[in-house]
Amino acid sequence: MRSRFLRTGALAVLATALASLLLPGAALAQEDLAEQVTAKAAELDMVWVAIACVLVFFMQAGFMFLEIGFSRQKNAGTGVAKILVNLALVTIAWWAVGFGINGGGNDFFGTDGFFFHFGQEIGSGAEATVVAAGDTMMMLFGLAFCAVSLAIVWGTTLERIKFGAYVVYALVFGALIYPLIAHAVWGGGLLSDVGGKPVMDFAGSSVVHLTGATGALAALLLLGARKGKYGGDGKPRVIPGHSMPLVGLGVIILWIGWFGFNGGSTFESAGSFFGEVMLNTQLGAAAGVIGASLVIYMKTKSLDVGMAGNGAIAGLVAITAPCGFVEYWAAPIIGFIGGVIVVYGVLAFDKKLDDPVGALSAHGLAGIWGTLAVGVFGSERLILDGAGPGVWYAVFGDATFSSALGQLGVQAAAVGLTFAVVFVLSYATFALIKATMGLRVPDEEEEAGLDISSHGMYGYPEQFIPQPEYSTGMPGGVGLGASPAIPAATASAMTASTESR
Amino acid sequence: MKKIEAFIRHEAFEPIRMELLDKGFPSLSIAEYKGSGRQKGITEQYRGSSLTIHLRPKLKLEIVVEDKDVSVITEVILKHARTGQVGDGKIFVIPVEEAIRIRTGEDGDPVLQIHGSEEIPAGA
Repeated sequence: MRSRFLRTGALAVLATALASLLLPGAALAQEDLAEQVTAKAAELDMVWVAIACVLVFFMQAGFMFLEIGFSRQKNAGTGVAKILVNLALVTIAWWAVGFGINGGGNDFFGTDGFFFHFGQEIGSGAEATVVAAGDTMMMLFGLAFCAVSLAIVWGTTLERIKFGAYVVYALVFGALIYPLIAHAVWGGGLLSDVGGKPVMDFAGSSVVHLTGATGALAALLLLGARKGKYGGDGKPRVIPGHSMPLVGLGVIILWIGWFGFNGGSTFESAGSFFGEVMLNTQLGAAAGVIGASLVIYMKTKSLDVGMAGNGAIAGLVAITAPCGFVEYWAAPIIGFIGGVIVVYGVLAFDKKLDDPVGALSAHGLAGIWGTLAVGVFGSERLILDGAGPGVWYAVFGDATFSSALGQLGVQAAAVGLTFAVVFVLSYATFALIKATMGLRVPDEEEEAGLDISSHGMYGYPEQFIPQPEYSTGMPGGVGLGASPAIPAATASAMTASTESR
Repeated sequence: MKKIEAFIRHEAFEPIRMELLDKGFPSLSIAEYKGSGRQKGITEQYRGSSLTIHLRPKLKLEIVVEDKDVSVITEVILKHARTGQVGDGKIFVIPVEEAIRIRTGEDGDPVLQIHGSEEIPAGA
């Protein structure tokens, strides 16, 4: 799916050597064994992708807890419904249309693989394949990425968006918007060859994260701020989220999921290269926490819990593009800068744009930085064929400036094109939603909270239900669960104890 | 000396607090309450079944002032808490016998509200 330098050559040599060790002289059996080893190696690759795929799907739980924690408690249940419905819709959209657009085809979109099915012919000429189980694994892995990108979009829209907007945009995003971008960079589209140089985005700082954040910006511009976020003086007010432990849980789940996100993007177990990618991921995340914590401490003299979490995400987003292209020493630098960027980004955006979770900064700005960072730190040992090394290696090594700066320019082009395409398509979609079904709930529904107004229930019910419902004066009780008759004395005693609380 | 108890909508509180502060009445307390009145209960949907909650969440605002200030307070509350819809709440005015400031031991009307120069900045 994605063009990477495969180590199949080395694999074949290894397989042959192994075969000749076991069966000296038996040429036919050797060949047979070599084939089997190659096949097993390919299957082992898919086992790793499968594990990584599950980790990436687990990130949905991370987004859910992060966003619920940063919301007020009257908007807790809606976050659960949103994640479930979005994940479901994007799955169908990706299977029917999105995967096809994401795959091989012309410069702009893929042309095969719609309504993906077993035995389907995909591609033409030398690259033609017939869908088998391995391709299916890759297709599912691609879906997991698309779902992550979609989850990022909603961070800016919490506590005021109409639920219907999720439904419409999820389908457009999963069928069209994300697949177009994934095709451009990973599917042999426009950005896989810019004047001979490929854009290097290992796991998606721009393809996944900038795409999600750009959709989030488009939604926010049409949606406006939450009620009470900006006072009459136009200055921002703090609307604190209701649970920092949930935010923390969300961040850690995302962090763990990222090992699948980045590590799985090797698509292979050969050479245990995923180990390098995963260490880079960890170093980037750690440095992101440190960067954001230091900056917010210097600015406010207190170590902000939410900012530390944003720092972890920003570090992870920043290292996502470079994780397979840079040496270990570069990863903490990239993550640290990501952490610094997120603090200034959150504080700057907050003046005008109400982004409750900091998605614009953590996924958008850090995504841009991560994509550019490949052009700064890309190691000659690891970069794609035809790509230029990082500027660092031109300054301190013997790489040429023309090649390095050329690559940095290609990375910047990827950022610009991704932003432009996603913004235009997303803005148009949200504008259409706004003009037809409406994008935002009425004031009184926002005041009451989306849990009760959109879903007819509270995320945290006990706060408003002192006890199950009893019908007054009617024997037998007709409330929920219709339990056996409750003696009047007991019922009134329970009511009394409630009132005295 | 009177205590004013007002049961109000959550969203009415912040404008009331700001105007009272402006007018020189910074001392007040609030609590989350659940109550019933003419406003209907909330019918929830829970896993396909419905459930009516007869108690609605409200805020109770308590503020003790000199007799002469009662109308100022009630006017501010009426101004911001009234939407015209059922469920705006009620105000009760209750006589208070004595008030004592714990820090100094002083009592009577002077302890009720901070006026003028005695204002203490936030965070102090």
